[in-house]
Amino acid sequence: MTHTAGLSIETISMRFDLPNGTSVQALKDVTLNIKEGEIMSVLGPSGCGKTTLLNIIAGFLAPTEGQIVMNGHKVLGPDAERGMVFQQGALFEWMSVRDNVSFGPRMAGKRERDWAENVDHLLDVVGLRDFKEKSVYELSGGMQQRVALARCLANDPDVILMDEPLGALDALTREKMQSLVLKLWKETGKTIILITHSVEEALLLGERLLVMAPRPGRIHKEYRLPFADLGVDQDLREVKKHADFGVKREEILGMIWDMEEEIMGRAEAAS
Amino acid sequence: MIVFVIYAIIFVASFFIVKFAVQSATTDYTSLKTVTFGDESAVTPNRIASVISVLTIFLLWGAFTGSKLVPGFLHAPGPFIGDATFTYTAEAGGQQDDATVTVRVFPVGEEVAAPEVDPGDGWAKNDADTIGAWRSGLIRVDRNDELGRDEGHTVVAVNGTPISPGVSVETDFGRVGMSPKGTLNFTPAKGWQMEPIWLPPPESVVARMGEIANEGYRDSTLWEHLGYSLFRVIVGFFFGALVGIPLGYAMGLSNWFRGWFDPIVEFMRPVPPLALIPLVIIWAGIGEVGKIILLFLAALWIMAIAARAGVSGVAISKVHAAYSLGASKFQIMRHVIVPNSLPEIFTGARVAMGVCWGTVVAAELVAAEKGAGMMIMVASKFQLTDIVIMGIILIGIIGFGIDILMRMAEKALVPWKGKI
Repeated sequence: MTHTAGLSIETISMRFDLPNGTSVQALKDVTLNIKEGEIMSVLGPSGCGKTTLLNIIAGFLAPTEGQIVMNGHKVLGPDAERGMVFQQGALFEWMSVRDNVSFGPRMAGKRERDWAENVDHLLDVVGLRDFKEKSVYELSGGMQQRVALARCLANDPDVILMDEPLGALDALTREKMQSLVLKLWKETGKTIILITHSVEEALLLGERLLVMAPRPGRIHKEYRLPFADLGVDQDLREVKKHADFGVKREEILGMIWDMEEEIMGRAEAAS
Repeated sequence: MIVFVIYAIIFVASFFIVKFAVQSATTDYTSLKTVTFGDESAVTPNRIASVISVLTIFLLWGAFTGSKLVPGFLHAPGPFIGDATFTYTAEAGGQQDDATVTVRVFPVGEEVAAPEVDPGDGWAKNDADTIGAWRSGLIRVDRNDELGRDEGHTVVAVNGTPISPGVSVETDFGRVGMSPKGTLNFTPAKGWQMEPIWLPPPESVVARMGEIANEGYRDSTLWEHLGYSLFRVIVGFFFGALVGIPLGYAMGLSNWFRGWFDPIVEFMRPVPPLALIPLVIIWAGIGEVGKIILLFLAALWIMAIAARAGVSGVAISKVHAAYSLGASKFQIMRHVIVPNSLPEIFTGARVAMGVCWGTVVAAELVAAEKGAGMMIMVASKFQLTDIVIMGIILIGIIGFGIDILMRMAEKALVPWKGKI
């Protein structure tokens, strides 16, 4: 127990045993400390264990070795202190937008007068006040992701885990949502861990940027970046014009390309 | 055969007529597409075709049964009705003589007397007889002749055409045949129309329905018969769903339940409920309990499988989302798994209701004291074809009505179905 606040990932290893007798080492000795209020993005080629890591932090998977410690206690399963935003919303179609957003407080048995104000405020923040009585399947993909964000925030978690939350959106909507994520991060001061496939997104939304490498999944390189702070007040397109932004982007892209090629080479050698 | 040819002609002709009539007036966007063939979304049921299709069935039905609802010039040629005549040549004791036979052909069900005829000249006398339309009858022409069988009376020709046992002669009014013993046998022309005991005209089915609705059939009113069938379906389905849905949920959520019930459900699912009728009758008799057990079994497996599929169909991300929002297992069941499975359950319920309705009619055909199936089964034994057809139409309408109600309920209760 090194930390009392924040999240610490202590030498996590994850091995999946396959039915055919072989096993896959998805993660190997991953150690990481995340301070309260940090926003961290995770990048890596396919199969590097990003999503597995996130699922372990969320408590959906138990690691084969190591442990996650949060706020001084060991993570044993999913909990309201760690909220999750999925790639495809994972909204409840049978509920209105407002019922989706208020799901957490309602499940906790809180009365409407205790959560109504906060829920309405969050719907305002994500720009869905006029849609609160609508059904979620009537909304566009971007709106659905905003509902998912608001739903997560309404539950007031300490850590928000995002698994490629903007991956399914078109480029324009994605940019708007990136600004929204930064705005929410600054306003709420939540700890955010965000998995993405887009190098630009990782640069924009990561105070810390983690590049992972595959087979076995491990941390390859870590960056500390100024762009997330800049993006809070600036237009994201301005941030991208930053000289260092381009340099970092090329560097990381090159790194991931090399890993991908290595994987391809190994696959070819094996065949 | 001729009916199918006419049907095909109407199908093709109305297609071209409607196409030419509608083409000029239509400007909906489908017609603006350059590619419509192969584009499934451009195919919608043509309602004009549906109306013509239904009208065609009634038109053909009316035309081939001589219905009063269809104008006379559209009727298919009916059976010969009226006085048919033919002449025969008889030989007895080396003498030949001609005589005429007059046969009064009457619609079945009417009482008619044989026509009065002049006996005529010669030793062979003119004959008269009656035969119902679509029937045939032996005509003993020798009875009134002066020379009878004792003198070797034999008919050698009809209308001048030679005839002998096994040979028949076509006349303008029908076919004259000869039995092995030499008796003439007259079959009036039948035309193309169907005999009422095969297919009654639409108006007599409607009239019969009015009669049964007012007076009942086999000690029960029409509504009692239909009501009993419906009652059995609803009760059987209700208990089937009551047990099947929780069973399906349990199979979707627990290894032990799935392992335990998988062999049973997978074995029972392909057994048609109709195959269970004999066993159910042996166990529970032909009363209400037996019927309801049968329908319970028909609905049970369908509902269990639908509920299991509904649980399996829940996206794991939804369950994960609910867990990380702090929901308990019970809350996830109540707020995520159950609502998520409703579309599947409704699909299953629609199938189950259809199967139950078919099964109840079949079970009543086998044995019942009341019910739609029993009504048509008993009617068929007495050749009351109009009741049989009325029953089939009512069974179809009710089955269709059940499905429409289920679809409406589905739309109201699971509006998100198919939109995710």
